[in-house]
Parts: sequence; structure tokens; C-alpha cells
Amino acid sequence: MPRIIVGVKRVVDYNVRVRVKPDNTGVITEGVKMSLNPFDEIALEEALRIKERGLADEVLAVSIGPADTQQQLRTALAMGADRAILVQTDAAVPPLSVARIFRQLIDKEQPFLVLLGKQAIDDDNGQTPQMLAALWERPQAVSCSKIEIADGKASVTREVDAGLEVLEVDLPAVLSVDLRLNEPRYVKLPDIMKAKKKPLDTLSLGDFGVSEAPSFRTVRVDPPPQRSKGIMVKDVAELVDALKKKGLV
Amino acid sequence: MSKILIVAEHDGARLNPSTSKCVSCAARVPGASVDVLVLAGDGSAVASQAAAISGVGKVLVAEHSANAESLAAVLAPQVAKLAAGYTHVFGPSTTFGKDLMPRIAALLGVGQVSDIMAVEGSHAFKRPIYAGNAVLTVEVPADAIVVATVRVASFEAAAPGGAAAVEKVDAGVTPPSHTRLVSRSGATTGRPDLQTANRVVAGGRALGSVDGFKIIYSLADRMGAAVGASRAAVDAGYVPNDLQVGQTGKIIAPELYIAIGISGAIQHMTGIKDARTIVAINKDGEAPIFEAADIGLVGDLFSIVPEFEKQLGG
Repeated sequence: MPRIIVGVKRVVDYNVRVRVKPDNTGVITEGVKMSLNPFDEIALEEALRIKERGLADEVLAVSIGPADTQQQLRTALAMGADRAILVQTDAAVPPLSVARIFRQLIDKEQPFLVLLGKQAIDDDNGQTPQMLAALWERPQAVSCSKIEIADGKASVTREVDAGLEVLEVDLPAVLSVDLRLNEPRYVKLPDIMKAKKKPLDTLSLGDFGVSEAPSFRTVRVDPPPQRSKGIMVKDVAELVDALKKKGLV
Repeated sequence: MSKILIVAEHDGARLNPSTSKCVSCAARVPGASVDVLVLAGDGSAVASQAAAISGVGKVLVAEHSANAESLAAVLAPQVAKLAAGYTHVFGPSTTFGKDLMPRIAALLGVGQVSDIMAVEGSHAFKRPIYAGNAVLTVEVPADAIVVATVRVASFEAAAPGGAAAVEKVDAGVTPPSHTRLVSRSGATTGRPDLQTANRVVAGGRALGSVDGFKIIYSLADRMGAAVGASRAAVDAGYVPNDLQVGQTGKIIAPELYIAIGISGAIQHMTGIKDARTIVAINKDGEAPIFEAADIGLVGDLFSIVPEFEKQLGG
């Protein structure tokens, strides 16, 4: 059964302006709106489209996070994922551990494709897809803006600093997705009802032999340095003067 | 004593300036010696450019026909082998380094520090999280090899004037054939490179069309500036993706950044926080871009921009 695994992460919603905790141990997440990581939503949408083209039979959504992550997985199921797995933990799991968990799930689920967001917008690490591809010894294509699947291969367009890069990779492979790949669908109410009946299995880190201990120590978290208050000018002449004073024109 | 290996970014002929910025970052690590690794089909031209960066001890050149295309899956196993004996492996936080470095880290069985913006010790670094709305100081265990990407906008290029020895190396790894490059296309505009330009003129959705964006190009050309854009302008198809500035685009640190018709979403501000001077031109006086701007001007960009260009003189 051709299967796609999609990784989804519960993150602080992208519209929230996060604030650093007064004790500098992290950012305030209590009472803050949480959502599916936007890049993961795009990965899921792409998996669903590949399935709708008849190239996959099943889309499996996997997340690692606290019990409340069920909400995001139910959203994924409502969008159209067939089933979900939550690896439940309150610990912050670093990318290499996430990759190790996915690596084990790959052995069990035998996907022909793993689709992940290119980064999560909380830690902004952007590591998990590449790490997973390394552990699996399979191709990776990072920041895909176009994906075509045919004949056991994927032809992907990647957004790179210099422009666009087209790669051909043998499947199975790990692809990470960028913003312009697609526009994720809206979830309809009947789909939310249907999603409640879809299977959602809960596992633990222990099931994967992954420890809760962080690999890196968080020394502290600070707010970013603030820029000093600027000036408003009333017309172009004043703008040019202000730039001249700074020696910029 | 830290021994740092930097993976060079290049296009086969020219060393990317990101490499020199990695050398600057590495030089901040206490007591560090710094070597540069050039993986290439023919690495001779790039190796001599790397050898000329001040502070580089040695340039290692790993030549293989498969290396010519700079594919992460091909390069990573070689770097992982050649990293033996090093305490740190750094690469730039460009699309090249972001693709490659985590693959190396996983092969070495260690985590990665993404986007180093400051060095706090041999194993402690500052890095941005939440689109730069918080800065994390993170410490890597002392016994682990440090694999990291360097946020190039946070470091000046290292001075030229070095004369490092160049040494050929061979990782003895058979590269995989499961990943193949089909094509690479980029705009060769003749304009300064967005990532390294001193001046950047950027436009947003308010430009309204491909045609509307022409006033941005015109002003940029008058000023000798690179052209940038907000995500909204790229999504709308006014400009190609490689002009996008922000959390998921390019992070830049020019002397002068002129944001025209850009509202200033958090994700965009991430990309320009290190600009020395930010000028904002927008018709909405409440736009968040004005909170970060050093100089703000409220008004209709279609009259302001041509007027601005005119007043700059010829």
C-alpha cells in the first residue's frame, strides 16, 4: 500500500507576537493560540493531493508533543489524513531525536515518501528533514516549491538563494516543503466530525528508546535587541536630507 | 583548544562570501584554529580564494566528479569523514548550508546549532528563535563535536591577505547516485547580490503588479542597490522567489534598507533587523514597519518613489 508519512508539529500560531518569560527560561506559551506549523500544513496538503492523484493510498500524520497535540492531529485528520500517531511527551524533543523516531516509524510503515515542513516556526531549526534523510540513507530535497511523482522518482523544484534548482531523486525520499508549494485547503465542518472517528494512536518516547534529556542546554532566552526609535519625515526633500546627514546618499 | 572545519560554499569558480563570514564567526571561538574544506569537481580556483582569507590555517580540497554539483547527499558523508579530529564543523546558514549541515550532524550522531548570531564560548552560542522575536543562548555538551550553521548577516567578512596552505584530501567515500541535479536557474540581473549588497531597495504587495514593481528596479539602479521583496510580492508573482527577504527568505544586513509598500510582518522584519538604517515608505501610517524604521515617510509610493529618484540627482 503506497503510503506517505507527514510530520506535523504543534507550534505557537504564526500571528502571535511571542514574549520572553521574565525569568529568561523560554517564551510565554501559556494562554497563547497554538496551531499546526504552517509549513507542515503545506506538507500535508501536498500529501493529500498526491493521494488524490491516485499515487498513494494512505496519508499518515505523525506528531511528537504534549497530549494537546491531539488537536493538531485532529485538524490533520479533518484535512484528509487517514490516520495519525502521537508520540506523546511534555519534553522538548530536539530534531535529531525527532529524526530517530521517524526513522523507526519508517521501518514499520514503509512509506515511499516522507513530507515535512522545511522548518518549524518556533525553534526555526530547519534540521529534521535532512537528519532523517541521513539516518535513512535516502535522498533529501529541501524547500520544495514543486513536486512531481512518477516512475519511482520525484522531480522537485527547490527554492535556493540563487533562484531555483530542479532535482530528480529516487524514491523513497524525504522532501521538505516551502511556502509556495500549495495553498492548504480549509477544513469543513463535516470533515471535523468524520475526523473524530479516524484512528489516532498514542505512543511514548520510550517506545522508540529515545530519552527525554535535551541534547543541548538552554542557558537563557532573551528578547532581541531593540532598534532605537526612528524619525518621521514629511516629504521626499526631508527624506533626502536625513539620508544625506547619515552619509547614505 | 578548538579545531574548526568550515565547509566552503562556491559555484565551482567563485567562493561565496558566506565562507569568509563563517571564518569570522569561527575566529570568535576562543583559541580556535580554522581550516576550510572545499568540495568540488575541480577545486583549484576556489581553494586559492579560500587560502587568501585571513585567519585560515589550511585549505583542504576534496575533488570528485560527483562533487561538482554541490548536492548535500553527496557531500555530507565526505564531510562527516573528514571532520575526524575537528571539534567544530561550521557552514553558512544559506540555502547551501541549511541543506547540507544537518545531514552532516546526523551522520556524526550529534545535534546542530542553527543560525549562530554570536559566539559566547567554545560550546555556547546565541541563535534566533521564533522568527527572531527571542534569542536563545544554547550550550552544546563539551564532549560533542559542534555542528553549526552561521547566520551570515551577523558577521563581517574576514579580511583578505591570508596565505594558507592548500592540501588535497580524499574521504574515500563512494557518493550515492540517488540524487541528481537537473538544472539550476537564477536571474543574472547585473544588479548587486541581495545577500551581500550595501544597499537594498525592496518592494511589497502595494506595488500592485509586475509593472508597478518597475519603479523599485529603477530606484535600485539609480542607487546601485540590490532589489528585495516581501513574501507577499513574491507570492503575487511580481518578482522571483530569490528576492524574498524574511524568516523564510534571505536574512540581510545592508547599510541601507529601503522598504517600499511593505507593511512589515514579523516574518519580514526578521530578515532586516540587522540593517544599519531602515527607511520605510508606506501609505499606512500605522504599518508595523514604522516601528522598526529609522526614517519613515507616509504617503503614496507611486508619487514618492519617482520624486525620490529625481531628488537623488544624476
